[in-house]
Amino acid sequence: MEHAIAAHPPTSTGLDNRKLGFWVFLGSETLFFGSFIATYMAYKGESIVGPYSGEIFDIPLTSISTFVLLMSSLAMVLGLAGVQQGNRKMALGWLGATILLGTTFLGFQAFEFTEFYHHGLTLQTNLLGSTFFILTGFHGAHVTIGVIWLFILWLQAFQGRLGPEKALNVEIAGLYWHFVDIVWIFLFPLLYLIGRHYTPGAH
Amino acid sequence: MSGHVAPKSMYYAVFAALMVGTALTVGVAFVDLGAMNNVLMLGIAMTKALLVILFFMHVRWSTRLTWLVVASGFFWLLIMFGITMSDYLTRGWVEGTLK
Repeated sequence: MEHAIAAHPPTSTGLDNRKLGFWVFLGSETLFFGSFIATYMAYKGESIVGPYSGEIFDIPLTSISTFVLLMSSLAMVLGLAGVQQGNRKMALGWLGATILLGTTFLGFQAFEFTEFYHHGLTLQTNLLGSTFFILTGFHGAHVTIGVIWLFILWLQAFQGRLGPEKALNVEIAGLYWHFVDIVWIFLFPLLYLIGRHYTPGAH
Repeated sequence: MSGHVAPKSMYYAVFAALMVGTALTVGVAFVDLGAMNNVLMLGIAMTKALLVILFFMHVRWSTRLTWLVVASGFFWLLIMFGITMSDYLTRGWVEGTLK
């Protein structure tokens, strides 16, 4: 099945400039999140006061939100296929699903973070609070930006302005969304699962 | 835009693999395998990330330049983790360097 996209952009790299530019941006984002992950790893287990990672995380709940985010990546790639094929219903449906799933993930995060605050884990409590909230906070901010971006695209699709010739816009949004998903793929085991047993004295 | 149109069944297959990987990761976290726990969980995470990169982000069918950007990202990330952690993990090995 062919679609009406120009096969070879007139650039010296053989790649559309916007796509290459966005990949380079994702490279910078990798190091951006990487620095906070490295900070988390360096300070892991060094909190002097509680709450500690072994006491506070709700793994079943976070597993569900992880599934939700993974599902949103599937919905994203199917939404892109819909736009590429000029199938407006498919595009609207799957892009809408991505937005809903992303928002659901954010809802889970908001609930979780308020629970942590009530249990005494804040940004200022200890090293765990600081490194955890900076990391997941920036991740959540990225998801939020992604949701807004996707909603703008969804509106364009709704108005019939997102045809196959605009597929690159959706593809780039998709790259961003998948990147945010990949960050979470690493954050979930690193933050929640590896530190599961940790309480002071059980280093 | 990549000229490749992938069958939807492939996306569903990749998604199923991601689900299995997530379930495995959670399962491994509740079994005590000593040092292998972390190795397994991070190994599964890297496999999942690779699946998303190759298939959902279409890198599998992208130009070598895209591969280069992706590989460079990983490479520099490894440098940052490696040198950062080797600093912190070796604190106290030499007299006067404790914290």
